[in-house]
Amino acid sequence: MIFAGAIAAIAVTMLLALVRALAGPSVYDRVLAVNMFGTKTVLLLAAFAFVADRGDYLDLALAYALINFIGVLAVLEFFRQRRWGHVPQVADGSDMQPTPHANDRTEGDDSRASSP
Amino acid sequence: MARTLILLFALAGTWLVWSGLYKPLLFGLGVLSVALTYWLCLRMGLLRREVFALDLVPRLLGFWASLVVDIVRSNLVVARIVLTPSLPISPTLVQLEPSLKGQVGRATLANSITLTPSTVTLDAHEGVFLVHCLTRDSACEIRDSDIGRRLRNALGDR
Amino acid sequence: MSWLDWVSAILGCLGGFFVLVGGIGALRMPDLYTRMHASSLTDTLGSMLILGALMLQGGASLETLKLCAIAIFLLFTSPVSAYALGNAAWLSGHRPLEWDPEREQDVAP
Repeated sequence: MIFAGAIAAIAVTMLLALVRALAGPSVYDRVLAVNMFGTKTVLLLAAFAFVADRGDYLDLALAYALINFIGVLAVLEFFRQRRWGHVPQVADGSDMQPTPHANDRTEGDDSRASSP
Repeated sequence: MARTLILLFALAGTWLVWSGLYKPLLFGLGVLSVALTYWLCLRMGLLRREVFALDLVPRLLGFWASLVVDIVRSNLVVARIVLTPSLPISPTLVQLEPSLKGQVGRATLANSITLTPSTVTLDAHEGVFLVHCLTRDSACEIRDSDIGRRLRNALGDR
Repeated sequence: MSWLDWVSAILGCLGGFFVLVGGIGALRMPDLYTRMHASSLTDTLGSMLILGALMLQGGASLETLKLCAIAIFLLFTSPVSAYALGNAAWLSGHRPLEWDPEREQDVAP
């Protein structure tokens, strides 16, 4: 077991990232922790490919890296706009109003929209 | 035209190396996915001259080497800060006004600053970089750093 | 164990050390932006040392090519997602702690 130390360190770090994701406090801390968890998963998969001598785990690691990156960007975009897809840019005279953005939320009430 | 050919060959080569199974069905799927990826690249405008710039890679090699030195040094600094029980941080915001004008250069500079631990670019709009630094020392360092000049030497006005 | 195994074991342990320090930092740091510095610690030297150790074990093979692809991908995407995160937090009105030289401590703005 050449990589026992590295794998143990990665696993402990994943636990620490999970604690940070649960502790928050803001939604961006959680996204940061989930991103960390994802990159550690990539490393763990790559190391496991060599421990188990299964080369196909490297493909899984690469695919996971792709998904992690796209997922983090998508989640951030979602929190920026609070909806999927583009906010329609309507010309004047229309009754379609884009909903107000959720950008003025304060720290702490990240789990739900700040309605009374 | 040359860019199109390079992209298609790179995509096909990547598919062949990664699949490892050479059967008609997989070749068909490969052709389909190369075509799909090529279409997506066209839609995203990745084939424009200033974006698809392979000639920059050899010129950037020296810059990347110097960046590796920076990254290793600041990794050691941040690791020592984290392991010090009193956590001696002094977070500071700095505004940088890089002399680089080209889009590729600015994007590379912002990403290089972010990649280095102890400095994170928070905002790169309107020609001014807003950089968050972990300590006052790292703030002074990034303000006096010649990283922008090094990148300008490598890239010119790109 | 050959000397190559020893080298890659040492590189792996060093990488594991940096990954662990980054995880501890992400837990200890007081606010979001300082946590991002700790997280980039694991993304740069930690990941690269571990992937380098694996590459030494792979030798000149397809595995090493795939590990190179993973390393390059991580190096190019981790600053992009860090910038996206920092920028989204900054634009949403999240303000960092700032160090006050007179009071010798971090204060909220």
